[in-house]
Amino acid sequence: MSQETNYIRKDSRMMMKDINQKLPDFKVNSARIARRVKLNNFLRHIFSLSTLFAIMVLAILLYRIGADSIGWLNTGFLTRNLSIFPEKAGIYGAIIGSVLLMLIVIPITTVLGVSTAIYLEEYATKGKIQDFIKINISNLASVPSVIFGLLGLAVFGRMLNLGSSILAGGLTMSLLVLPIVVVASQEAIRAVPGFLREASYAMGADRWTTVRKIVLPVALPGILTGSILAMSRAIGETAPLVVLGIPTLILKIPSSIMDDFTALPIQIYYWTLDTVLTPEYANLAAATIVVLLAVLFILNSVAIIIRNKFQKRF
Amino acid sequence: MDGRTKIRQMIQENIANKKNTTDKIMPRFFFLMAFVSVATTFGIIATLVTDAYKFFSVVPLSEVFSTRLAPLNANPSFGILPLITGTVMTTLIAMMVAVPVGLTAAIFLSQFASDKMRKILKPIMEVLAGIPTIVYGFFAYSFVTPMLMRIIPSLGAKNALSPGIVMGIMIIPLVASLSEDAMNSVPEIMREGALGLGSTKLEVTFKVVIPAAISGIMASIVLAVSRAIGETMIVTIASGSSKAFTLDITQSMQTMTAYIVEFTSGDAASGTTGYYSLYAVGLLLFVFTMGINLIAQHISKKYREEY
Repeated sequence: MSQETNYIRKDSRMMMKDINQKLPDFKVNSARIARRVKLNNFLRHIFSLSTLFAIMVLAILLYRIGADSIGWLNTGFLTRNLSIFPEKAGIYGAIIGSVLLMLIVIPITTVLGVSTAIYLEEYATKGKIQDFIKINISNLASVPSVIFGLLGLAVFGRMLNLGSSILAGGLTMSLLVLPIVVVASQEAIRAVPGFLREASYAMGADRWTTVRKIVLPVALPGILTGSILAMSRAIGETAPLVVLGIPTLILKIPSSIMDDFTALPIQIYYWTLDTVLTPEYANLAAATIVVLLAVLFILNSVAIIIRNKFQKRF
Repeated sequence: MDGRTKIRQMIQENIANKKNTTDKIMPRFFFLMAFVSVATTFGIIATLVTDAYKFFSVVPLSEVFSTRLAPLNANPSFGILPLITGTVMTTLIAMMVAVPVGLTAAIFLSQFASDKMRKILKPIMEVLAGIPTIVYGFFAYSFVTPMLMRIIPSLGAKNALSPGIVMGIMIIPLVASLSEDAMNSVPEIMREGALGLGSTKLEVTFKVVIPAAISGIMASIVLAVSRAIGETMIVTIASGSSKAFTLDITQSMQTMTAYIVEFTSGDAASGTTGYYSLYAVGLLLFVFTMGINLIAQHISKKYREEY
């Protein structure tokens, strides 16, 4: 019993006594009040249980995956290439694939996303065009990722004939995470105080110089945080890559962005599907998940550090 | 010409030069970049509509709305109803988990928990939202399904129940944090007024806070539905690819998203009806999620209480 409830109980009992003495005609239904307080306390515990439930599931998930990966996650696993034999299989190719994918996604989304945010916040006059672009971006953010896969398949895969190459995957993924970078950059740019811009104009700087030398440097931590979050979304996203038709077993390490490739989530997907035939694949999938989650953990920690350390408040 | 006019001239030239080059070009460049996101939307709509059109011009509507789905059969049939029941069932199961747990967690965090508790619990819960869906797929297939099999022995290795539950767990943070935001934006004066009249916190929550925040709460639920409909990897892995028309959640059911994934990774040849059927299903999925998102926006705009 918490101190607060004790206090309420004692207090209400005293109040009831008091009222009953002073106003004999006015009967306070003490049983009813006790019931109300009881119900309050009971449901409070129920509500706290549901929060606990979510956290428990998270703990079970992490524990299960960690337990499954024990004995399989070692340096050999990280440096070997793919194999159909579970004990010889490694994810070196998938790591290289994911890294190359990010090397395409990061520059494209950052340039597109930051430019869009600069346009919306610094240049666009309030009106229909600005509203339209804003609504468009928020809608784009809620389109299922598998639909982006279909777009990539039709436009990059078939029309531009990029097939299921790293470039096709990277371009598809860039469009998918673009809204994240735009929204984060917009918020960062909006947080740059107006007096900095005015001071810059007063010194004779034009608009572009102000954006380049004042707005962007001040907004940089926020923009970086957004880019990193977008990256962590892109690195775990599976559906668009699968829809692009990435082959199951890639034994070659990709050497250029036009090569077919496999990535960490794809590898998890195929290994999970094949556990029916080869139970050890579940361990390989779990070990790959541990690697993926570790990367995500590092990325998110960096984002939080950047936000806390470099973000200035005006 | 003396020095002063020379300097003045130089300044003027400088300004003229600058104005003519970068400062004038940059806005156009930024506008062009901003246009890419608009082009993406139009690209999505254009590809979906053109290829879906090719599908609908070959396959009669009576076949589309039938219960027989056999795209790879010698006598192929493209009935979409099995996919719709699969999507609806998994979404319903997910909602049965996400809505009660998410809402009560939001109530606890915004009304009952102390600030210190909230600061610890909320970020941990948000981690659930950051885990890639493929990881949940693995979790559903290799842990939740075997666990449920002990309770329901007739459960298939691939079934709609387990991915539905896991999808619900994935969506809990979405419902919780959006609803919590809505509840926190109810003015403190209203809460304190009700508390001052002798209400318990529970009564304040149900009689003051929730009615005032109902638009935000409804919007969060509607957005959760849209997330569940569009979710792909969990259902692809754990619900399988049975194309039978059934409402039995203990057996394999295919959702619209899983159909798209199965058919493209099973290398659908370009130009076949099967390939176009992907885009027809994609279009339907797009219309569903877009419609639901518009409803959510409408709800949060229309029923918002202004204070």
